Amino acid sequence: MSTRTLAVVSAGLGVPSSTRLLADRLTAATVDALRERGVTATVEVVELRQHARDLADNLLTGFPDEALRGAVDTVVGADGLIAVTPIFSASYSGLFKTFFDVLDKDALTGKPVLLGATAGTARHSLALEHAMRPLFAYLRATVAPTAVFAASEDWAGGDAGTPALTGRVRRAAGELADLVAARPPTAPADPFADPTTSFEDLLRGNGG
Amino acid sequence: MQFGIFTVSDITQDPTNGRTPTEAERLKAVLTIAQKAEEVGLDVFALGEHHNPPFFSSSPTTTLAWIAARTEKLHLSTSTTLITTNDPVKIAEDYAMLQHLAEGRVDLMMGRGNTGPVYPWFGQDIRNGIELAVENYALLRRLWTEDVVDWQGKYRTPLQGFTSTPRPLDGVPPFVWHGSIRSPQIAEQAAYYGDGFFHNHIFWPKEHTQKMVEFYRRRYEHYGHGAADQAVVGLGGQVFMRKNSQDAVAEFRPYFDNAPVYGHGPSLEDFSRETPLTVGSPQQVIERTLGFRDYVGDYQRQLFLIDHAGLPLKTVLEQLDILGEEVVPVLRREFAALKPAHVPDAPTHASRVAAAGGAKDATVHAGGDEVTGRTAEAAAR
Repeated sequence: MSTRTLAVVSAGLGVPSSTRLLADRLTAATVDALRERGVTATVEVVELRQHARDLADNLLTGFPDEALRGAVDTVVGADGLIAVTPIFSASYSGLFKTFFDVLDKDALTGKPVLLGATAGTARHSLALEHAMRPLFAYLRATVAPTAVFAASEDWAGGDAGTPALTGRVRRAAGELADLVAARPPTAPADPFADPTTSFEDLLRGNGG
Repeated sequence: MQFGIFTVSDITQDPTNGRTPTEAERLKAVLTIAQKAEEVGLDVFALGEHHNPPFFSSSPTTTLAWIAARTEKLHLSTSTTLITTNDPVKIAEDYAMLQHLAEGRVDLMMGRGNTGPVYPWFGQDIRNGIELAVENYALLRRLWTEDVVDWQGKYRTPLQGFTSTPRPLDGVPPFVWHGSIRSPQIAEQAAYYGDGFFHNHIFWPKEHTQKMVEFYRRRYEHYGHGAADQAVVGLGGQVFMRKNSQDAVAEFRPYFDNAPVYGHGPSLEDFSRETPLTVGSPQQVIERTLGFRDYVGDYQRQLFLIDHAGLPLKTVLEQLDILGEEVVPVLRREFAALKPAHVPDAPTHASRVAAAGGAKDATVHAGGDEVTGRTAEAAAR
């Protein structure tokens, strides 16, 4: 049985938060789906609300403080990412975007990502496709084809969720599990490893 | 070990009274600060280079030459010299001039500059920053070490039979440091040439400085210049001191809260924990600074930033008094006691001349044409 790590980023603000609730559903379904594929997953959750001030500081100072550094390392080092945001004003929340703004632009290259979003009504659901998916396309992440949206009406049936939401969660989790299981575990690049380009090459104007 | 101060030459409003100095006032204040640095026994004064408000220091060699004429022992340096947007020919000329005028009390620190709009003003593009730093510096070295240079590259017009004048004092060019906050390529460049590496050590956590310095030391040894612990390392640092640490914090807080770069962001307490910033008593500054050695090893130069963010001249001069009387003498003694004998001191003109086997005049006299024996001046008559 091999092992993989899953990072979960939730940008929900309330307690309890429907965004976190959706994130937890997606996580549980992905862990199950990985187990079916012979993979044991460990999960680490990043609640962005706890880093709201750290993120604003990072925009100004250019570096994450110690607490935020832990969250960034968790996400960058994970084999798969589940990213869930509330929809505000027709797009992901500013808090959610800020977290991905402070990551290195190459930090998520090729990383399997499952997208989720929540809002009060289903009229916001396409924000997943016209706002969130392009963000992760820019970051060159590998995004699962199914993104999961949950509106208030999806929760109205009680904690078990409506059959439609449960089905979408299961399908999306299966897609993410396929992507994660198919890739070797993540080994983040070390910028301080001995350079592969010699300085003589740089001097000759190659590889700069 | 050398101790000194570095300034970025910012003209910033004093947040406690709303007053912003004029260019003339701030420029004169920096001259006063430099002279005071020598008076209180510091070794180094380094001046930044910028080409946009709120900074005044567009022409560092002019300022440094003035300071050289008014001081006796102070080493003059830069923080930094823009190796990307300056013509390396002009750097070679300007700093050789300064080296002669200052009788060797000159070294310089190369930096790329991180302000995007500056590059096009000088015909360059920030996306080529690393390549510019590599090509321009390679040319600069040749201009200082070879009397007649033929050269062709990507970023400036070719040179045919060019001699940069004056030739370096005593035939030995100024020592060069390379400064970079986050680019391993620049640490690699410093290591390749056996030059010094300086980390700003103000804006980022110490773990980052540690990684950059470790990388530079490892690569310095790789290129055969000596053991890793013999590489030449300099650090910045930022301090504000009063006898009682609470007074230091209370007085510095408005300047911190409104400072360029990090102002209106983290609290002074957060930033002091995350970065080397030390606001407190002289004893606290001594202890924190001695601790730098724990993560970069024995190093050669420590520069403090003390005159930014709108701090008034009077306050800066008081900080220099505290540094000179209470802090640096202790640091000098403690660092010296810890340093093993095989770790070198910071290079100076005297030590570099000695290493080169003594001073030699490097003047290139205008020779006649090899065929006719006529000089250009004679031909013009």
